[in-house]
Amino acid sequence: MERISNVAKLEALRESLHAAHDPERPVVRVCLGPGCLALGANKVSRAFQAAIKAKGMGASVQPLIKETGCHGFCSQGTLVNVDPFNLFYVKVKPDDVEEIVETTLANGQAVERLLYSDNGNRYRSASEVPFYKMQQKVVLKNVGVIDPLKIEDALMAGAYRSLAKVLTGMTPDKVIATVEASGLRGRGGGGFPTGRKWRIAAENIRKNPGAVYVVGNGDEGDPGAFMDRTLMEGDPHAVLEGMIIGGYALGAHQGYIYVRMEYPLAIKNLGVAIEQARALGLLGENILGTGFNFDIRINRGAGAFVCGEETALIASLEGQVGEPIPRPPYPAEKGLWDRPTIINNVETWANVPLIMEKGADWYAGLGVPTSTGTKIFSLVGKLKNTGMIEVPMGISLGRIVEEIGGGVPGQDWFKAVQTGGPSGGCVPYELKDTPVDYDSLSQVGSIMGSGGMIVMDKRDCVVDVARYFLHFLEEESCGKCLPCRLGLKSMQEYLDKFAKGQGSPQDIDDLHSLARAIMKGSLCALGGTAPNPILTTVKYFKDEYLAHVVEKKCPAGVCRDLITYSIDPEACNGCGLCVRNCPQDCISGEKKKAHSIDVSACIRCGQCMDVCPVDAVLVA
Amino acid sequence: MSAKKTQKAKESKKAKKEKDDGLIRFKINGQAVEARAGWTILETARQNGINIPTLCFHPAVEPIGSCRLCVVEVRQNGYSRVAASCITPVQGGVEVLTDTEEVLNVRRWVLEMLLANCPASHQIRELAKEHGVTSTRFKVEHPEDACPRCGLCVRACDEVVGVRAISLGNRGVFKEVTAPYNQRSMECIRCGTCLYVCPAGAMEQLFPLVSAP
Repeated sequence: MERISNVAKLEALRESLHAAHDPERPVVRVCLGPGCLALGANKVSRAFQAAIKAKGMGASVQPLIKETGCHGFCSQGTLVNVDPFNLFYVKVKPDDVEEIVETTLANGQAVERLLYSDNGNRYRSASEVPFYKMQQKVVLKNVGVIDPLKIEDALMAGAYRSLAKVLTGMTPDKVIATVEASGLRGRGGGGFPTGRKWRIAAENIRKNPGAVYVVGNGDEGDPGAFMDRTLMEGDPHAVLEGMIIGGYALGAHQGYIYVRMEYPLAIKNLGVAIEQARALGLLGENILGTGFNFDIRINRGAGAFVCGEETALIASLEGQVGEPIPRPPYPAEKGLWDRPTIINNVETWANVPLIMEKGADWYAGLGVPTSTGTKIFSLVGKLKNTGMIEVPMGISLGRIVEEIGGGVPGQDWFKAVQTGGPSGGCVPYELKDTPVDYDSLSQVGSIMGSGGMIVMDKRDCVVDVARYFLHFLEEESCGKCLPCRLGLKSMQEYLDKFAKGQGSPQDIDDLHSLARAIMKGSLCALGGTAPNPILTTVKYFKDEYLAHVVEKKCPAGVCRDLITYSIDPEACNGCGLCVRNCPQDCISGEKKKAHSIDVSACIRCGQCMDVCPVDAVLVA
Repeated sequence: MSAKKTQKAKESKKAKKEKDDGLIRFKINGQAVEARAGWTILETARQNGINIPTLCFHPAVEPIGSCRLCVVEVRQNGYSRVAASCITPVQGGVEVLTDTEEVLNVRRWVLEMLLANCPASHQIRELAKEHGVTSTRFKVEHPEDACPRCGLCVRACDEVVGVRAISLGNRGVFKEVTAPYNQRSMECIRCGTCLYVCPAGAMEQLFPLVSAP
């Protein structure tokens, strides 16, 4: 395609793309998000190509196979949407493809067995499914719809329209004022008002003219989080467009996106998007013929969690050791190469074009007054429906878990939700009405973080959960400041003791005091928030800690040193499945008679419990 | 009326003088102090004879805020935060407190953890004792270790000597003072600056391991 030299030509191109598109032409959207890919989505996609070719559908309208980003409903992968029939297929295997081609594409009928069903209801289209129905897709509106490797697709969905509007009709100051008025807050976790950050940077630039940089933070490292990944993979142009607008607002000419190396698909899709945008004149020199120059480079992070912290990220970009430096000065004053730098999470950037297109008032009307807009979460854990969701800010935690997530299977409550990743807090069931916004979450001792949500049920032990997160952070601590380097290890020592049933109630109080010292004393947010899982679990689940140290019991049946497995002779049907699966060969019993476990040899791996078809294995 | 007027005039005169001399005024432990722009809280405190303990600080090198022993509570407009005084620039009108419960809590825990992690350091044992920390509840894994990994030796070698013979290797709990490529450094000029600045006496053990003879 030719370089676009002005805004009118961009609109003309968009129109010609729409004109060339036949709305009757069937479109098959195969989800190639990380979850579905792991389940073999690319095989499904290839099977579609082959089946259509074999069927010789050239005579009628050739269906279009689109490999899109994540559709969100990861627990039902591989997901396939077929338009214009508006059919939503779940758990599609390559073997099912022929039937879809035959029944749906050739004859327009639904393959009933592949439709999503729940509680006896069968749902034909995605919008009817409860998991999707409760969501409000604003930032994610194109993810799962467009082919991220084709800029034409993004243009047809409206990409770069805001950029054109900004470059031709808005002053940089107006752009900043619009972001300020929208109430957008940083999506990376801190929740700092984005507009204010830009304003501060703009003032610093006025005082100290020279180079300015714009950075997109895509170094998402939380276990169980995949929001930024999905966005970068599924709609890279939204991130780019936001950054170009940011560059224009601040007078920057160079932007960087910092993506972790573990996201090869995100790096690839962003790279392709940058190339295509450059070729069209939407990025690089003289953007859309307006004389504005701005380019973006991708920087691959080497995998350190701490490089998600803005000052460590900047150090890493400069080629130095990825360690945070004390703030102030904030990057808006002195960032990359000591110049004012605006660094925002990629999700924050993806919000910017929407604000420019629909206006600050529209955006401020979403969510709640102090936390406007929508937020993407990765909803994982002991839930019926897991996946990636987008909801308006202010929705209650309970509604997310129960209505979108479908609750914990077989239980009418959940134990807690860990929000905000490893440095977030555990919010118990009693606080399920907590609105999910920055301030309410920090009031209950947790954080919004970048948007991880891990749901726990009665089989999750809070001591074990705190240990898990702490272990992760201990390994990721850069070691620059002492409270974090030694403190995380020392807190772990306490938790290890509790998990073995050692220690005393006094130790729990000591741990709490140590946690506060680390929270107050650490250099950066990694150490400053690392004690959150401990502080919240001690606050909300002190009984469970006491059960470990006083009664020497793990009520959830997780801590291996405190539990014993046994078989309920009444319930056991003697099928022998546990015997065959026991790695220690310590279960014995005659066929069709009650079995028993030799506790002295048992390593408490729990495999017998997992395989037992009649739930006869007990843990206490 | 005239008394009020003179009072007001005096105040405005005083305010003008304060504005003119470019000094920043705030309080440390209730004591009014003055500082030049760009000074840190620690510098100002020491200038005024107020003691704040430090480990990784040395006036000859840039502070990095590693050991966190120098934490203080900074109160302003009803908000309070704990900050490392060696890297926190002075700010007019704030109230700095060097010995609040929150501050002592950080300091004591840091010292107790140091006792477990660099038990061989006589200097650190003494420092801990000054703050009432004489024993540790944590596991002592390396009884011969004396190094608190504050990086003062590395910074001095870089900033004062300009040789960069040694560096901090690894990260997190595995952080260590080493020389590039884990080889004994040929760049080392054996000036002994690292030995001199080390606050824990650890360099005596480490020096033969990082410097080529």
